[in-house]
Amino acid sequence: MPYIPHTAADVRAMLERIGVSAIEDLFDEIPQDLRVDALPGVPEAQSEMEVSRLAAELAAADGRRLNFIGAGAYEHHIPAPVWQLVTRGEIYSAYTPYQAEASQGTLQIMYEYQSMIAALTGMDVSNASLYDGASALAEACLMAVRAHRRSHAARILMPATVNPAWRRASRAITEGQGIEIEELPYDPARGVTDPQALARHAGTDVTALVVPQPNFFGQLEDADAMTRWAHGNGALVIGAVNPVALALIAPPGEWGEGGADIAVGDAQPFGVPLSSGGPYVGFMASRLEHVRQMPGRIAGRTVDADGRTGYTLTLQAREQHIRRGKATSNICTNQGLLMTAATVHLALLGPVGLERVAGACVARTAELVAALTGIDGIRCAFAGPRFHEAVLLLDRPVAPLLEALAAEGIIGGYDLSREYPELGHALLVCATETRTAADVGRYADALGRLLGRAAAA
Amino acid sequence: MRKPEPLIFELSQPGRGATAQHPPVAQAELPAALRRRSRLPLPEVSELQAVRHYTRLSQMNFGIDTQFYPLGSCTMKYNPRVCNSLAMLPEFLGRHPLAPASTGQGLMSCLFELQEMLRNVTGMAAVSLTPMAGAQGEFAGVAMIRAYHRARGDTARNEIIVPDAAHGTNPATASMCGMKVREIASRPDGDVDLAALEAALSPATAGIMLTNPSTLGVFERNIVEIEKQVHAAGGLLYYDGANLNAILGKVRPGDMGFDVIHMNLHKTFSTPHGGGGPGSGAVGVGPRLAPYMPVPVVAKEDGRYRWLDERDLPQSIGRLSGFMGNAGVLLRAWVYMRVLGAEGMRRVAEYSTLNANYLLARLVEAGFEAAYPGRRASHEFIITLRRQARETGASAMDFAKRLLDHGFHAPTTYFPLLVPECLLIEPTETETREELDAFVEAMAAILREAGTDVATLKGAPYTMPVRRLDDVRAARQLDVAWKPAAA
Repeated sequence: MPYIPHTAADVRAMLERIGVSAIEDLFDEIPQDLRVDALPGVPEAQSEMEVSRLAAELAAADGRRLNFIGAGAYEHHIPAPVWQLVTRGEIYSAYTPYQAEASQGTLQIMYEYQSMIAALTGMDVSNASLYDGASALAEACLMAVRAHRRSHAARILMPATVNPAWRRASRAITEGQGIEIEELPYDPARGVTDPQALARHAGTDVTALVVPQPNFFGQLEDADAMTRWAHGNGALVIGAVNPVALALIAPPGEWGEGGADIAVGDAQPFGVPLSSGGPYVGFMASRLEHVRQMPGRIAGRTVDADGRTGYTLTLQAREQHIRRGKATSNICTNQGLLMTAATVHLALLGPVGLERVAGACVARTAELVAALTGIDGIRCAFAGPRFHEAVLLLDRPVAPLLEALAAEGIIGGYDLSREYPELGHALLVCATETRTAADVGRYADALGRLLGRAAAA
Repeated sequence: MRKPEPLIFELSQPGRGATAQHPPVAQAELPAALRRRSRLPLPEVSELQAVRHYTRLSQMNFGIDTQFYPLGSCTMKYNPRVCNSLAMLPEFLGRHPLAPASTGQGLMSCLFELQEMLRNVTGMAAVSLTPMAGAQGEFAGVAMIRAYHRARGDTARNEIIVPDAAHGTNPATASMCGMKVREIASRPDGDVDLAALEAALSPATAGIMLTNPSTLGVFERNIVEIEKQVHAAGGLLYYDGANLNAILGKVRPGDMGFDVIHMNLHKTFSTPHGGGGPGSGAVGVGPRLAPYMPVPVVAKEDGRYRWLDERDLPQSIGRLSGFMGNAGVLLRAWVYMRVLGAEGMRRVAEYSTLNANYLLARLVEAGFEAAYPGRRASHEFIITLRRQARETGASAMDFAKRLLDHGFHAPTTYFPLLVPECLLIEPTETETREELDAFVEAMAAILREAGTDVATLKGAPYTMPVRRLDDVRAARQLDVAWKPAAA
C-alpha cells in the first residue's frame, strides 16, 4: 500500500482497540445510498518507476527551447543552493508557523524576506507574500479602498499598460465589492500612460492610481509625475513593479515627493523557475500607516519568556481565523516555499549581484532589439527608455511566425494581437542575463529566414 | 537550547559576495532621472555563509519529515518525494506559460488527466485547476454562486449561510464576494441544527457553505435533508474540501448534491505545505455552475490539448492568477494520484479514519474527554481539556507547548471556536501505530505533570530554540523589517 505503513497485525489490533470488526464499520454514519464502490475514470496504481517513466516521456515530448518571452514571468539564473535548501524536508514539509517555538526557521526567513522586500521597494513594511503578482495587485486595490477613508468612490485608475492578465484578475477579485476599475489609455508614441488621459480625471474622486514600472511593454513610466498627480488629487498610489528592475530604477518609496503608498509585484524572478506558470510569489509592501489594512501573514520580531530574540506571526487580528467575516482578506497562507526561494536567492546575489543582473537585462534586451529591428520589416513600437522587454511591430501576423520559430526551438515572444489589437502585428520580446549574444544571433537568423530576409550584420 | 542564529543582514560585510552568482555579461545604464537614489541594503555574504545560515534556520523547524504533525484540518501527511522530483523535471520547470500550446502538450495532458481524476473522485461535472489556494478556491466557488443567481436575474440572493463550526475563511470569503454571512448553530451532537437552518433560509439565500465531515470531526448525517432544504429554497450548496481526505473514494460531494466544491490539493493530494504555501484550491462544479468556472481550463479536442479562456467561457467569473494557477503544485498532485490509483484513493480515507478512531480510543482510555462522544471520528477528532483546565489550571495551549518538548508538533488549538479548551487532532494515514502510541504516552505524561507540577507545564516549551514568545509586544512594538543602522 503506497505510503500506508499498516501491517495486517496492526489493523487487527487497532480495530480491536476501537471495538469494531472491520474498517468499513468506521463509515457507518454515512448514509448507505450515498456510498460509492468504484471510481471509474481514475487509473490503476502504478509504481514510482512506472510513473517516473511516464512523466519523463511527457516532459521530453515538450522539450526545451530558447525562450524570449517575459510578459509577467522571467527566466533568470537560479543559484544551485536555492532549491537544494528549499526542498530540505524541514522547510518543504512544514506548515504555517502556528506553533512559533517549533517554527523559528520559517518565521525568521519570513522576517528576512519582509526586510528584503521593504529594502527593494523602499517601503516601510512588507507582508510575508501573497499568491502571485496578479492577485497581489487585486489585493492592493482592495487594501487601498480600505485604507483611503476620505475617498468614497471605491474607484481605481488602472493604466492599459498594466499586465492584461493582472488587470483581469483585479477585476475578477474585486468585482464582488463593487469596486470600479477604470482604464487609462497610453501614449501611442511612447507606450507609457498618457498624461493627458490622467489629467482628465483631475477633481474627481479617485481612490488610487496604479503605476506599473516597468510597464507591460517594458517601457519606463514617468512614475514621479504620476505619483505627484495622484497625491495632488487625493489618491493613493499603488506601484506594480518588477523587482529586478528595482536594483537600478527608483523604487516606489522614492517616487514623487512622499513615495507610493503600496507596492506590489511578483517575486518570481528571484529564484522561482518559470515552471509553466506557477507557483510564483506575489509581494506586497506599504507605508507603515497602512499596515493594519494589509492582507496576508506578517512575521514580527519579539522576545521570549527569557528575553531572547524570537519571531512570531503578528497583527493576526487582521486575519480570517480571528476576524472571520470582517477580516482584511480571506487569505490564509503565504507562498512559503517560494518566499524562501526568493530570500535565499537575494542573499546569494546581494546588492552587487542583483545590480549586475539588472544591468545585464537592459544590455541584452538592447542587443535583441537592435538585432531584430535590423531585419527589414521589423521596427520598434515605442521610443523612450525600457528595462528588459520591448514591443516590435511586424508586417504580418505574429502567431504563425511564433509556431514556426517554436519548431526551430525558439520561443520568440508574446503575441499582443489579442490584448492590444490597435497595435497591429505586435510582438513583445524579452532578454534577461541568461541570453547570450549567440542566442540573440540565433533568434535573429531564424526570424530573418522565416521572413525571407537576411538579418542585417 | 541552541545558539540563536543572527539575521542574514548581521552576517554582511561590505565587499563580500557569492561572486560565482554574478553574471559575467555586459552592463547597460538607464537615464539618470530614473535611477535608484538609495543604496540597496541587501546582505553581502559568501555562498557558504548563506548556505550555512539557511541550513541552520531549517533545523529550527518541525516538518512532517522530522516529526509527527497531527495538526487538525491541515492533513499533514507524508509528501512523497517523487512528486517533487517529477514536477521539477527540467522541461516542466523551464517552460514559459505563454509558450505556444503546441510546445506544452505533455504538460497539458497531465493537467487534463488531473482535471478528469479530480472530477471523478468528487462526482462533479467539471473541474478548473486555477485557484492558487484553498481560500482562492472558496472565493471562486462563492463568486460562481453569485454569478449564477445574477445571470438568472435573482439579484436579491445575497446571503451565505455558514455553520458556526466553519473555518474562518468561509465567512471571510463570503464577505469578499459582497455577500452577507448568516451563521447557524450546530447541535450538541455535532450535526447542523435543521430547525436553525430552516429559519435561516429565505428568498435572500444564495447558498450554504459546508465542510463534511465537519471541522468537529464528524460526518454530517443530515446531509440529504440539508441538500433538499437548501435547494428547495433556491440556494446552492458549497462544499469546503478541507476534510475530503476522510471520505476519498467512499462518498462523493457530487453525489451528496453539492453544486460546487474546492479541493485542497496540499491536503488531500499531499502536495507540500512549504511552511505556509503554495497551496492549490482546484474547484469542481455541477452542471449549473459549469459556465462560470474560472479560466483557463484545459480542453482536449481531436487528441490535442488547448486552454479554454474567456472567449470559450464568456460567463466565466474570470481569471484569478497571472497564468494558469500553480502548475507545479498540480503536477505534484497528478503524480500522487497516479501512484495511488483508484484503490489508493479509497485507502486514504480508510486508513486515515482508522488512525483517527484508534488514537481517539486510546486517548479516551488515557483519561481524555472526547468532545463528541458516541460519534465516529472522521479522519480527525476533538478532545476538550475543559476538565483539566478547571481542575489543574493547565490549558489546551499548555498541552500544545509541552508536546513540542516531547518531540511532537501540536494539534490545532482553540479551533473550532465552539468547543472550549480543545485540541483538533488529525493523525493522517501515513503514520504508524507505534507513532500514535508514542503520542498517547506523551499526552498521558503531560496529564500527569498537570496534576503534579503545573508550573513546569505552564512554562513549556524548554527544548525549542526559543521559549514562549511575547505576542503582545510583537503587535504593540511592531518590528517587521530589519533596517540598516543610520550612517
